[in-house]
Amino acid sequence: MAVDVSQLNWTTTRLDAALGWARKYSIFQYPFVTACCGMEYMATAASHYDMDRFGAGFPRFSPRQADVLFVVGTISHKMAPVLKRVYDQMTEPKWVVAFGVCTCTGGFYDNYATVMGIDTIIPVDVYIPGCPPRPENVLDGLIKLQEKIAHGAAATQPASPAARPDELQTPHRPEAHL
Amino acid sequence: MPNESTLIEALQRRFPHAVLASHHYRGQQTVLLKREALLEVARVLKEDPSLGFDLLMDLCGVDYVAFERVRMSAPTLATPSPLPYYMTPKPMKETWERFVSHEAYRFEVVYHFYSTGQNLRLRVNVPLPTADPVIDSITSLWQCAEWFEREVWDMFGIRFTGHPNLRRILLYEEFQGHPLRKDYPVNKRQPLIGPIN
Amino acid sequence: MFLNMGPSHPAMHGIIRLIVELDGERVVNADVEIGYLHRAFEKECEASPYNNAVPYVDRLNYVSPLINNFGYCLAVERLLDIQVTERCQYIRVILSELSRITDHLTCIGASAMELGAFTVFLYMIKAREWLWELVEAVTGARLTISYGRVGGVKADLPSGFAERTRKVLEDVRGVLLECDTLLTRNRIFVDRMQGTGIISKERALSYGITGPFLRASGVSLDVRKATPYFIYDRLQFDVPTGSHGDNYDRYLVRMEEMEQSMRIVEQALSQIPPGPLNVDLEGNVLPADVMVDEAKMGRVAGFKQVLVRLDPTLEGSTRGFHEAVNAREKRAVLPPKEDTYGNIEGLMHHFKLIMHGHGIRPARGEYYSAVEGANGELGFYVISNGSERPYRVRVRPPCFTIMSALPELIRGGLVADIVPTFGSINMIGGELDR
Repeated sequence: MAVDVSQLNWTTTRLDAALGWARKYSIFQYPFVTACCGMEYMATAASHYDMDRFGAGFPRFSPRQADVLFVVGTISHKMAPVLKRVYDQMTEPKWVVAFGVCTCTGGFYDNYATVMGIDTIIPVDVYIPGCPPRPENVLDGLIKLQEKIAHGAAATQPASPAARPDELQTPHRPEAHL
Repeated sequence: MPNESTLIEALQRRFPHAVLASHHYRGQQTVLLKREALLEVARVLKEDPSLGFDLLMDLCGVDYVAFERVRMSAPTLATPSPLPYYMTPKPMKETWERFVSHEAYRFEVVYHFYSTGQNLRLRVNVPLPTADPVIDSITSLWQCAEWFEREVWDMFGIRFTGHPNLRRILLYEEFQGHPLRKDYPVNKRQPLIGPIN
Repeated sequence: MFLNMGPSHPAMHGIIRLIVELDGERVVNADVEIGYLHRAFEKECEASPYNNAVPYVDRLNYVSPLINNFGYCLAVERLLDIQVTERCQYIRVILSELSRITDHLTCIGASAMELGAFTVFLYMIKAREWLWELVEAVTGARLTISYGRVGGVKADLPSGFAERTRKVLEDVRGVLLECDTLLTRNRIFVDRMQGTGIISKERALSYGITGPFLRASGVSLDVRKATPYFIYDRLQFDVPTGSHGDNYDRYLVRMEEMEQSMRIVEQALSQIPPGPLNVDLEGNVLPADVMVDEAKMGRVAGFKQVLVRLDPTLEGSTRGFHEAVNAREKRAVLPPKEDTYGNIEGLMHHFKLIMHGHGIRPARGEYYSAVEGANGELGFYVISNGSERPYRVRVRPPCFTIMSALPELIRGGLVADIVPTFGSINMIGGELDR
């Protein structure tokens, strides 16, 4: 008897939906906290703005045990290899949240020491801009992440610098005093 | 007990060969020293009971090579604009000058000392020649100088003889160049991983 | 055995790499590697005008950004030799002290959390949220506020601020009392904090340590008392000093400092000179666009006295509010918006301070000004060469020297003692690496 393929598809989509629902409400985050955004991260995780009600309350401080990497705060070039290593050590499925404008695009630190956006190093799923983003902003980003997790989508392709539109290329800055 | 105005005089009397110049711009005592005399003067500052500078507040470097090049960013202005008619120039009570030439002495190491016993502050500037930016380390007197001097080496490339551990502190070892020098552009990137821009 | 407590570690203090040499559980030697948050603050300041450095300065000690703001503005004002208005100084003192309270709350909360007292962390963050709401009412932002300007502050206090602050301080006192009962006589907390991370007075001075860390070791040094700035000499407050120099003393010093800061805020609120009132002068209020149109036609009679109804987002830059908190200094301070839009002198004045190539131009000189940051003496050394950008802005970071003492603090102790010691250092990455 031939297996009804359409029935099989229905089952697997229901299974995927169930898995997605389970995953999105139990986010084990790895808070890679570096700078000022860390204060807003703490504020979002604390009782006023509570991330725990979204299921994202328990940070796991080992990359092996986490599935969402919250990159919170400026990443400098000295820190970049560490970030890449932590990302590589995480097990699939994993998502990355770029928290704060320094991780999205580098912020206003257009200098020799700052990585201009962590998507040049690792693929990013949700960008939460703000300097630092308000906790409501963070929760909005978290909900978007949950929707993404629920649909079971893997991380997007990394945006290569060449693919960025011309306006985003770093403009020449007049050097001070020289 | 020396107070603010006699502190410089006491130093000048004691080290006439070492003190290049002094001023108290905006009420802050500053002394310019020859670099050979730094260690000796620092020791006296710390150990003399009437001076007693037990806290080294800050140690930093300055690169004076571009000091005279006041560049207008608006290309249409060739000369600095004069004050408009409604602005009366504020009478300058005091002026400041560096006392050494910027080309010959490009770098300067600035020490800020504080005496907890007498609540006195002193700034010591040591100009360093451009070709040879080397100076004695005062780590043997104040322990905090170790990290401060590492930072000055990292940012300016000024060497400290006698420093126990002179390596980069704020940047990674593979970094080429010394970024706070005026000829290092602010957005010249040397990433360890990832693209340049 | 070498243990690497790597740059990304669970203590949410930022990024430091500790390479610890162990003999069993005892720490034999340690090496600290910093610089993972180096964001080129000093180089960026050299590339932008004086007031543009204020957002960068915010992000130095990001748990007490107002102290950084006002420290920098104080340095540039002293370089320009201008004096801000009295109301502005009171506002600066009040906000600095509120910032100091948030800093200590974060420090104690986070270090308590690392020792397992998660409740204390949540209570203290709750108190911090109330203070941040206050700060948001004044400055518009919770954390990185960019509130200070050279010559004044961005805008005046909102109405009802004093009552609101008093209520919040009462609530914060309640929270501190709760945390005190949870921690101060707690067996576990005391055992872990007492006798660990000891540093003697002489070594602390040799390491250049200032602030609560030094005060816990017995030296009563506070910049607000030694070289008073703003209006600290008119306020009465004590400087708590410890004696043992261990982590427990630092915790007690910080708790007491919070109480003293609240005392300062309450005194300042009662002493602050009154600000402008939001009263419309009868028949003398114009919408801004009407004023501009009239001015274009040359009908400017009486405009210097008229009150203009401006866009609410420009509230604070209207003349009454503006002159209460900004020095009347044409070289550094923007004119009130009625003048910018209303008469040509104001427009030129505004232009002269804003356009590229123009701006605040202090005379050539150097100045080092120190304020009491939450971690110690926060010094700004500014060198000007007469152009609109500072030639050199150097920050003397208080926790830099404290971190250089970390190897000595943990040597001889157990690995588990690193956690409370590191927590009581209150290392802020933005300030340490700049």
